[in-house]
Amino acid sequence: MKLNKDTENVFKKRKITYTIVFVGVLIVYFIASTVTKFHLWDGLVSIPKAIVWMGEKLVPDAAAMAKLPKILKKLFETALLSVAVTVIAAIIAFFFSLLGSKTTKVNGIVNRLVRIVAAFFRNVPDVVWAMLLMFSFGQNILTGFFALFFTTFGLLTRAFIETIDEVSSSCVEALDATGATFIQTVFQGIIPASITEIITWVLYMIETNIRSSTLIGMLTATGIGYLFDLYYKRLDFASAGLIVISMVVLVITIEGVSNRIRKVIQ
Amino acid sequence: MPILEFKDVSKTYNNVTKALQEVSFSIEEGEFVSIIGPSGAGKSTLLRCINRLVDASSGVIIFDGQDITDVKKKELRKVRTKTGMIFQHYNLVDRLSVIENVLHGTLGQKSTISGMTGHYTEEEKEKAFGIINELGLADQAYKRCDELSGGQKQRVGIARAIMQQPKLILCDEPIASLDPKASKTIMDHLSNINRNKKITCIVNLHQVDVAMKYSERIIGVAEGRIVFDGPPEQLSEEMIHQIYQSNSSDLITDVGYAQ
Repeated sequence: MKLNKDTENVFKKRKITYTIVFVGVLIVYFIASTVTKFHLWDGLVSIPKAIVWMGEKLVPDAAAMAKLPKILKKLFETALLSVAVTVIAAIIAFFFSLLGSKTTKVNGIVNRLVRIVAAFFRNVPDVVWAMLLMFSFGQNILTGFFALFFTTFGLLTRAFIETIDEVSSSCVEALDATGATFIQTVFQGIIPASITEIITWVLYMIETNIRSSTLIGMLTATGIGYLFDLYYKRLDFASAGLIVISMVVLVITIEGVSNRIRKVIQ
Repeated sequence: MPILEFKDVSKTYNNVTKALQEVSFSIEEGEFVSIIGPSGAGKSTLLRCINRLVDASSGVIIFDGQDITDVKKKELRKVRTKTGMIFQHYNLVDRLSVIENVLHGTLGQKSTISGMTGHYTEEEKEKAFGIINELGLADQAYKRCDELSGGQKQRVGIARAIMQQPKLILCDEPIASLDPKASKTIMDHLSNINRNKKITCIVNLHQVDVAMKYSERIIGVAEGRIVFDGPPEQLSEEMIHQIYQSNSSDLITDVGYAQ
């Protein structure tokens, strides 16, 4: 059977589209690298040098190891702060997401308002929050707390709204039909239906927040970020390297634990 | 006195889509009524107007001697406790056990606090087990609903509805996602409930043959209007084609008639 003209055109069109997109991306790359003076080749060549430098300077020595207890204490503090922030933000975000969800049909205006507020908190990066809040709280642990809290709250509200709408809209309809009250529907329908996804999101945010809190700590002079900044500026690269290593170990451990938890609660 | 009465009920979505147009009918206590019609004819809207999951745009709905067209909050909850509902996709809380889902049928009659914490009396639990037993789910009582087959899930849906001790059960395409064997089990259960517990049943169906076999009365809906209302014997082949707005031999049911 011979293909008719329409079919041939479909294939031709797709080929042309792919070609245009590929050439377009290439052009954008060349313009961008000319403007920013970024040269891929030079970048690639300097990688081995960077690795050698890291191998020489960042490997912890005996002097750095002596600081390990101090580092671990600060690291522990930072991790606990992240957990506290995430849990509090998650609780508040859950109540907000009930107001912002389409499933619960609370009120059209409230619905939109919640989504706008959440988008605002979410779309300002936590580091920017930290810099803004520094004016009101100064270099303080509260600054870091609120900076993390705002972004976490914004992100979790959005994630919870989507989870609730996706997972529980059908059982909410059924519980409404039995004459259940709003609060009963939340506790007997929405929470059991979406709790696994909610916990998954909270665990993910705890991991993310441990990483972000290091960066914020450099700004607010608190936690492990401050310690890293201090050693780095003293050119004590070995100790700074030890911090990096212990952070990676911590984050991987937490990832492992949260994977376990996720499997159990499924 | 009829248990349910529709007087010129219309429903328009977003001021454009006319789902129901001046629908009037009444249903006596204890009847088993099937509603048939093409997809988008307004069957689901009609059913949801009865328990006010959808608010009618105009007209009057009288249920159990009470005008329910505009009842609010507490009164509305009371109306809903008297109507059980069964869904095409079962609408269970999948992560909870069968018994917990069945007990959800009591929520409308409970205080907010005891419903919220999931505190049920021994009597309620015994009653729930009784119903689960009747529906042949005794071995599944403690299983999570996501471990069940479609037919079993729908039986849980029925159990939840019966748990409400309703006067009326609304079934929205109860067998549309089930295989023929499970479909028969579900329809038999509904039929038994109607006969033994004297609960009025209104069932939306896609399968004309099922509607003819099980119901004592069929309502045909097309484009938001009732075009047929009578016993299955009166539902002629031409009438079916009129409901589905099709030509002869265009319907799957025509295959059966040819033999």
